[in-house]
Amino acid sequence: MIGTKTLTDNPVDLYLRADRMPHIWCSGCGVGPSVACFVKAIHRTGLDTDKIAIVSGIGCSGRVAGYVKVDSFHTTHGRAIPFATGLALANPELKVVVFSGDGDLAAIGGNHLIHAARRNIDMTVICYNNFNYGMTGGQLGPTTPLEAKSTTSPYGNCDPPFNLPHLVAACGASYVSRWTVIHPRQLEKSMAEALTKPGFTFVEVLGPCPTTYGRMNKLGRGVDELRAYQERCVVSNGVDPRDAEIGLNGPILVGNFVDLSRPTFWDHCVKIFGRAQKK
Amino acid sequence: MMSVDGLMEGEFFMNGDDACAEGAIAAGCRFFAGYPITPATEVAERMSRRLPEVGGVYIQMEDEIASMNAILGASWAGVKSMTSTSGPGFSLMMENLGLGIMLETPCVLVNIQRAGPSTGIPTLIGQGDMMQARWGSHGHYEIIAVVPDSPQEMFDLTITAFNLSEQFRIPVLIMSDEVVGHMSEKVVMRQVAPEDLVTRPRPAVPPEEYSPYLSGDDLVPPMAVAGEGYRFHVTGLTHDERGYPVMTAEAQDKLVRRLVDKIRLNKKHILRMEEVGLDDAEIVVCAYGITSRVAKRAVQLARQEGIRAGLLRLIVVWPFPEERVRELAAQAGAFIVPEINYGQIVLEVERCAAGRARSILLPHMGGGVHHPETILEAIREAAV
Ligand code: SF4
Repeated sequence: MIGTKTLTDNPVDLYLRADRMPHIWCSGCGVGPSVACFVKAIHRTGLDTDKIAIVSGIGCSGRVAGYVKVDSFHTTHGRAIPFATGLALANPELKVVVFSGDGDLAAIGGNHLIHAARRNIDMTVICYNNFNYGMTGGQLGPTTPLEAKSTTSPYGNCDPPFNLPHLVAACGASYVSRWTVIHPRQLEKSMAEALTKPGFTFVEVLGPCPTTYGRMNKLGRGVDELRAYQERCVVSNGVDPRDAEIGLNGPILVGNFVDLSRPTFWDHCVKIFGRAQKK
Repeated sequence: MMSVDGLMEGEFFMNGDDACAEGAIAAGCRFFAGYPITPATEVAERMSRRLPEVGGVYIQMEDEIASMNAILGASWAGVKSMTSTSGPGFSLMMENLGLGIMLETPCVLVNIQRAGPSTGIPTLIGQGDMMQARWGSHGHYEIIAVVPDSPQEMFDLTITAFNLSEQFRIPVLIMSDEVVGHMSEKVVMRQVAPEDLVTRPRPAVPPEEYSPYLSGDDLVPPMAVAGEGYRFHVTGLTHDERGYPVMTAEAQDKLVRRLVDKIRLNKKHILRMEEVGLDDAEIVVCAYGITSRVAKRAVQLARQEGIRAGLLRLIVVWPFPEERVRELAAQAGAFIVPEINYGQIVLEVERCAAGRARSILLPHMGGGVHHPETILEAIREAAV
């Protein structure tokens, strides 16, 4: 009965704002597939979607909040994490997710990223890393590999990048992983783990950006970028994230890097603020 | 005295910063995010001690940008929220003050003004942020700003600020100053009756029918909060009534007009001012904050000399009381505007006076307050 299948048969449609389709992403872009993994991860966890709030900053992946059918906030550039911090602390029953891009989270929002990880705020941060600023047309960002071309590094990038898993792990994140959109099953599972684990959890998603990064670096179409990921990625679960730097060429380590338990900011609040109430 | 639910009642000798924190707690504020900065630190310190006692949350953020965002997030979780700052911190908050205006988020931002520009004199007074309060974030909007003149008003007007922010779904600014923040005086604190505490308009429709920015005649849309099942979307982009981005001049026109008009057309519910001896005044001193207390003395002295002087004290400075200043311009010969800057509110007075009365600026560059004699002398000169 293949011919009778309609879109409503897809269980994840429940989680998307169908009235906002089509989305704004370019064909061949990896943001869409990462959102597909994300909503499947929500489905997998069985979390009450009335209690999920998603916050985005600005950029291509900053638009994710607008397409997921939960309470969703499209904030300012770099500021999704502190906004989400307020949501999470004012209502600890919420499952707060930040979905945004590498430039948004690690450049303009870098200070907020490291402090949220340090505090171990109950929050899942999903960072779509396309190695450049896509929405503004392909400028270098805090993750652009050395030597890579961008519209503001026409001779090659001389600005060393962050290794995001290492950064957030060093700051105290409870869960850290990196996958690409050609690892949909691992990515979905990892997102589900991140969503259900207390504390600050971080999933870096690498994906193609054929329109700007791919074009500037002659990587071909989106599918060619996917093929490159297939060739370059080495699944390395449990590896020390400091070894997971990404160069212009060479292997890319992916996997679940960190999974540990330490008290969350809220755990400390309950214990320490409790003293004031007993007075 | 502390009541069972942790609210303070009775008479206290207290500084303005502390009174502001107590006003917030009395108003139902249960979330504070801030960053230390002189001379506003005492507000944060008191909130860090008091909020845990009343079941609230205090968090010290990594900077003022984060503080402003955190209070927006908390408000969207349904909790009344506040931050406090001064000078450089106020500048950092401007970006997301704009987000608060665009998302129509009730919250309160306290600025204990110090002398600027830049680091200026952190420990001493200024009133140089009055225009920044009006226009500091980009784009066109209206804002509400109150200006307390005493620790007592730091308590009372903080409650007012929360009420206005909830009623109109807008961040409200408390534009205090270092002297009012640090001076200690008698403060009478009272519990606020529940009916005197305003809460934001709430949706009366089920989630399927809810549009986050669909408003009635008062132009203030009902506000759902996260976690209630409304599954709304809100964005800092120009948006339609559903909260969805629409990048057209028509959508921009509709939205910005409503954001501005919800304040302009409701002005009569917002404006607050104190008038002293204005009935027959030929000279009107228009002042606010600590400067108004000096001005009040100068007006008294002028009256003793037989000069028909009066005081218009701005309690709500934004929106500006245009109509009242216009009326007074028709009656009086001159406005004298003492302020601790080189001329900000005087520009508004001058605009509204529109040449019908003179507007005389009495500037003070900051680091101190006017002497009553200086204002008196200006009154005398204007009277001849
Ligand atoms: S510019 Fe790049 S990241 Fe942005 S939508 Fe297009 S392909 Fe995706």
